[in-house]
Amino acid sequence: MAIDIEAKIDVGEPVPPVPANQRRPRRPGWLGQHLGTAIVLGVAGYLLGHFVGNTIASGYANVAGASGENDVAVVLGFVFGLVGWYLGIGALNYPLAKLIGRDASAHVHDELWDAAGWTKYFRYSLNHKVVGQQYVVGVLMFFFTAGLLAMGIRGQLLTPTGRLMGPGTYIAVVSEHGTMMMMMATSVVVGPLGNWLVPLMIGARRMAFPRVEAFSFWSFIAGYVIILGALPLGGFPTGWTGYAPLQTQATVGMDAYLMAFAVVGIGMISAGFNIAVTIIHYRAPGMTWGRLPIFCWSMIATSALLTLATPVLVMAGLFGLLDRTAQTAFFVNEHGGSSFLWENLFWFFGHPEVYIMALPGFGIVGEILPVFTRKPLFAYRVGAAGMVGVALLSFFVWQHHLFNSGINPDMRPLFMLTTELISIPTGFIFLVGLGTLWKAKIRMEVPMLFALALFFNFLIGGVTGVFLSDVPVDVTVHGSFFVMAHFHYTIMGGLIFAFFGGLYYWLPKITGYTLNKRLGQIHFWLMFVFFNFTFFPLFIVGLLGMPRRVFEYAARLQGLNAFSSVSAFVLGSSFLFFIANFVWSIFLDPKRAPANPWDSLGLEWQTPTPVPPYNFERIPVILSDPYHYGEEEASRVADLSGSLVLVAGAGEGT
Amino acid sequence: MTSVDPVPPVAPAREPHHFWRLFAIWGVLSAAADPLFYFLVGPHLPPGDMGSAGAGDQFDSNVLFVIAIPVVFAIVIYLLYAVIVWRSRPGVPEPVAGPSSHGNIAIQFAWIGITTVIVMGLFLFGTIELVTGGGSGGGEGSVAIWTLKSPSPLVVQVIAQQWKFSYRYPSLGGFETDALMLPDDTTVVFHVTSLDVIHDFWAYQLGVKADASPDYDNIAYTRTQQTGSFSVRCDELCGVWHGAMFDTGYVVSKTAFQTWATTTEAKLASATKLLPQFSWTYTPDANGADGGYYPDSQDGYSKVEVYGAQPVNLKSGENKG
Repeated sequence: MAIDIEAKIDVGEPVPPVPANQRRPRRPGWLGQHLGTAIVLGVAGYLLGHFVGNTIASGYANVAGASGENDVAVVLGFVFGLVGWYLGIGALNYPLAKLIGRDASAHVHDELWDAAGWTKYFRYSLNHKVVGQQYVVGVLMFFFTAGLLAMGIRGQLLTPTGRLMGPGTYIAVVSEHGTMMMMMATSVVVGPLGNWLVPLMIGARRMAFPRVEAFSFWSFIAGYVIILGALPLGGFPTGWTGYAPLQTQATVGMDAYLMAFAVVGIGMISAGFNIAVTIIHYRAPGMTWGRLPIFCWSMIATSALLTLATPVLVMAGLFGLLDRTAQTAFFVNEHGGSSFLWENLFWFFGHPEVYIMALPGFGIVGEILPVFTRKPLFAYRVGAAGMVGVALLSFFVWQHHLFNSGINPDMRPLFMLTTELISIPTGFIFLVGLGTLWKAKIRMEVPMLFALALFFNFLIGGVTGVFLSDVPVDVTVHGSFFVMAHFHYTIMGGLIFAFFGGLYYWLPKITGYTLNKRLGQIHFWLMFVFFNFTFFPLFIVGLLGMPRRVFEYAARLQGLNAFSSVSAFVLGSSFLFFIANFVWSIFLDPKRAPANPWDSLGLEWQTPTPVPPYNFERIPVILSDPYHYGEEEASRVADLSGSLVLVAGAGEGT
Repeated sequence: MTSVDPVPPVAPAREPHHFWRLFAIWGVLSAAADPLFYFLVGPHLPPGDMGSAGAGDQFDSNVLFVIAIPVVFAIVIYLLYAVIVWRSRPGVPEPVAGPSSHGNIAIQFAWIGITTVIVMGLFLFGTIELVTGGGSGGGEGSVAIWTLKSPSPLVVQVIAQQWKFSYRYPSLGGFETDALMLPDDTTVVFHVTSLDVIHDFWAYQLGVKADASPDYDNIAYTRTQQTGSFSVRCDELCGVWHGAMFDTGYVVSKTAFQTWATTTEAKLASATKLLPQFSWTYTPDANGADGGYYPDSQDGYSKVEVYGAQPVNLKSGENKG
């Protein structure tokens, strides 16, 4: 058997023992650095920054805002608060220790491998599985908060002249919902499943940069706090796109938007390059690119987008903050700036961002389908090529958001072409999915239901995307509820369905407990049916002329809107079944999950449950890709004992 | 490791020919649905044909639906078929993977080929419609490339501000009103600009949509084809009262329009004198605290002359310092 074994550190080696000088008892919970100290220092930092800001702000800044706050104070409050947050959680321990010449690596071993105790979930843990679990809770918190805001939006739109909120509150809620969901969706798979699974899937013991990984998570949470802070500051009126003259005009809630996107953005960049480096450099011997699980392909494509697209947003946000605090004029037309600059910078990030929210979903269904069809993944190479192709093309489509803006009108056919071209590599994913289903033996388990739903939802989302890419049709549907329904079909119908499918699939491994199947099925069917009931009518509402983000609408559209609203409430409550399932199966009536409940060939399933802190006793040697279902002479996926390496090594020696 | 069934792969006595079955179901349903949609639903698709741009959008949507329906049918029928026919039942043996279950070259090439052909076709169709439709009613920037040729178009300037639209008719003495009146059977050129933030002028039934950006003149073409009313909405989030930024425009007969224009011009003559000189864009007066606007463009008249319309005859009392 030909195995390409590169010289790798640790290959076949057992887990290194803990050096005596690195073993130390953990400090009592309240003495160390944890979420509590982070909150305390964060709040103290905010107050200090706010005070400093008020002191140094010009008289103009103090009177410019109508809210009695000034931008300088709020921005400095966030900056100081952020420093306090990082100090409190311990993110700066290592760099500061290096700075003053201390031996910074003394406790690394502890933080990497020590998985005992529940307090680790509230600490700056370097273990990729702990970070993954932290992320699961973090994104669900993000998702449910923003979901509640969505309930508010649909409540307002129950009637043509809804009185639930005033227009100011309504626009603040819409903007908050959109922005939080977008931030959540960038990390919803990369954070929890990416961090948790990638090392296990490629046969590594840890991520390439564990500190950067933890940093990305705690930045994500800081972003959550800051963007939520926009609401008490009065909210912001721009939607998630933050278009510029309105952005410059808005009150201090806007600072929270810009700051939060910068913080979450830095977290996204960190998470992205960490995962990319891990996949490139930490693959176990034998894990060639042709054997890499399709989920890892989606992760590396997503990571490329995260790393390359997000800096544009972070810098644009910084320009916006300077415009608002230091009276620069990047986006101010009458002082020589341009409102088109923000539109282009934002969408140059924003469109790759859209694929950041699609590719991980494709990766998840690519993992789920072979397991529940008992067939090899069809056209694996085409699938991987499709993901890379989507990632590349996504940088060349951003102006389709600006078809009617009047900028570069002669570019419209070109951007129509690039946008429609993207449906070719996206079609590859459908080829993979449908090909895998051919003459299969489909086990309708809960993860499989979600995976199949993705293909239906993404089909609707993708086809309506072609309508939007067609310039003449876009004249009618641009900026209407049609767009809104379209991207909910792709992001919620695609990514979020895949995410929950992935949770039902991998949670038995992650938590070690079996989830209740019946509750999972109820969750799925409620979510699937009422997702479609919620968003399908909105295509029609959009075609009939209802713009996005309006707090009142034409009376003739009430029937469809009310139907959508009521469905949305049921859709929202379907997640209660997930929460109930989660709590019931893990805390109230825990049932130990077997190590490989779905009978999967994936490397992550070959480990014991719960997974040891160091993942693999010995670094495995990969023998084939994990999709050889139904083959008579299926080889083993990996050699976990290290014996092959020893044999091979011996062979080389002679 | 999965339990590889040692049972030899004995195929069922007669495996139905799945592909032709699926093809037949799909073919019949698509062949039935497409003409039904094209002839029954198509003519009623939004945004209607009050303006030529709207009619073009409507035709485009119709064609896109006709292409989309078979695609959606193909995938959905396949998914349903797979779930029903290939569902795991007790006694069904594990599928046995053959060489083609890892990827069949012919199918892969066919798939890629078909999607590429559809996409390129869509691109050509969209481009042709865009160019021949005079920009399809979308905002074309300050220098429109694709236009509706007409000897005497009506130029209407749309001025958006938080939170209303007002309209200026440069060829009718440059008066500014809150009412959007258009003559029937006339090519209309909208010049859309904004005084504050980004808005979007959406004349729904006319099929016109153009962003109103401050300091920018965005041009959109349409030709009115029927009389009636149409709704005008702001389609870009512009602040708190975005949802209330709408009004109604009217397409009226040419004589009615002439009467309206003459009376309105006379009625507003005193107010027109106080307006800033007509210009394609207006900039907030950075030197004055009174919130005044001064005209921006140095070649304000030339475009009016290009359209063959009557130049605005206003006093040159500029308030530009």
